[in-house]
Amino acid sequence: MSNPIVKQIKWISALTVLCWSLQVFSQSTADDIAKYREMIADGNPSELYEMAGEELWKKPAGPKNASLEKCNLGLGPGVVDGAAAQLPRYFKDTNRVQDLESRLMTCMQTLQGISSQSIIDAKFGEGPKKDMDAIVAYVVTHSKGKKVQVSTSHPQEKAMYEMGKQAFYYEAGPFDFSCASCHGSDGKRIRLQDLPNLTTRDGAIAGWGSWPAYRVSSGQFWTMQQRLNDCFRQQRFPFPIYGSDVTIALSMYMAKNANGGIIQTPGLKR
Amino acid sequence: MKFFLSILLTFAWFASPANAQQKPETPFNRMMKDSFRSQGIAGLDRIAQDATQRFCSNPQFAASPAGIKKAEELQKLNMATIAPPSDGQYLGDWKNGEAIAQSGRGDTWSDSASTPNGGGCYNCHQINQKEIAYGNIGPSLWNYGKNRGYSQELVSYTWNRISNSKAYNACSNMPRFAHFKILDQKQIQDVMALLLDPASPVNQ
Repeated sequence: MSNPIVKQIKWISALTVLCWSLQVFSQSTADDIAKYREMIADGNPSELYEMAGEELWKKPAGPKNASLEKCNLGLGPGVVDGAAAQLPRYFKDTNRVQDLESRLMTCMQTLQGISSQSIIDAKFGEGPKKDMDAIVAYVVTHSKGKKVQVSTSHPQEKAMYEMGKQAFYYEAGPFDFSCASCHGSDGKRIRLQDLPNLTTRDGAIAGWGSWPAYRVSSGQFWTMQQRLNDCFRQQRFPFPIYGSDVTIALSMYMAKNANGGIIQTPGLKR
Repeated sequence: MKFFLSILLTFAWFASPANAQQKPETPFNRMMKDSFRSQGIAGLDRIAQDATQRFCSNPQFAASPAGIKKAEELQKLNMATIAPPSDGQYLGDWKNGEAIAQSGRGDTWSDSASTPNGGGCYNCHQINQKEIAYGNIGPSLWNYGKNRGYSQELVSYTWNRISNSKAYNACSNMPRFAHFKILDQKQIQDVMALLLDPASPVNQ
């Protein structure tokens, strides 16, 4: 049972059953997902990403042949436990507010010599972004069960929160959509998909606290950067640049609204 | 003389209304400008807002007395964009209308310019009761014509509402289907039939 291959097969068969049951009983997608979550309570497919991520964190890599073990995610060099729970935050060395992915890019650049641009330019799920996904899975797993604890005491953090709020309500594009069009009130759905109201504490923790997540429908692990990217796609906006300030500002807005809520990352999604 | 003229011209340029409208770039505007790139059919021009979008991006002002007055102005502006069907036909084929209502495709960076757009109606509305996978951001449209009668008044109201919903509610969540050419006239006629043809399954 402890053989990872056996475990993987178990997951794949569970996924097959789930996909089948989703098609047949599409009325109760939420129920099926709840059942599925129960079934794999002792193991989410994200675990595979997490294991790969731990290896990538510890293994020397890049032109400087260094590991990420000295990476400071805000709680001191190398501290991973609880690090995701306090992001985004202001970092003195970069003089920026950074989320997990943009901070990891800084560490990869400075410690390992891996160009941030190469990560920004890669397609989701490919090349250096695939490594990033795994490292993110590793880091966020170490905040599971912890409370969201982001600060807006630094003026730049406060400014980022305010800009995130403004971006949340920013309506544009051929469909006139803002984030608030779908995520601004309680009890709303697109088709059968429940939409968290990200302006409230409960909704914000349901959203912010359950991404990054493994997506059953695509069989992929999605970081928050990818989640936001696909939101903007469906909003009919242009392409948000990976790690850009609008993505960090929106993350700050959601995280601050979710403060005190329990983190359940990596999540499991349709 | 030349010198004085140039000073005068410079002064006139600074005082011109065109220049007065050039607001200094705020950190927010800079962030929006720097955070996106164009991809496929989704160009950076999509970040620019029209007056209605700008107004609706500030819900606090929109809810104020001055905002409520401004909303009426914007509704008039949006009403003025609506044209009745050029061939006088309001209702098309409800079967096509159902397919358009089902499809949520179009206008994203992963669509091509030749992808036929859907209306995405079921994303937000219950329409035919048989379709159980419907959203609830908008009201249920089940029995739309049957419940409201099939008057010409209702027909033209529905045409207007689909064409430019913001003519009635400046910050309606519904896209302006004709105004931004999301759907063409024939597609709107077909969706109209889904809602208003007495033979449509929606009205059974």
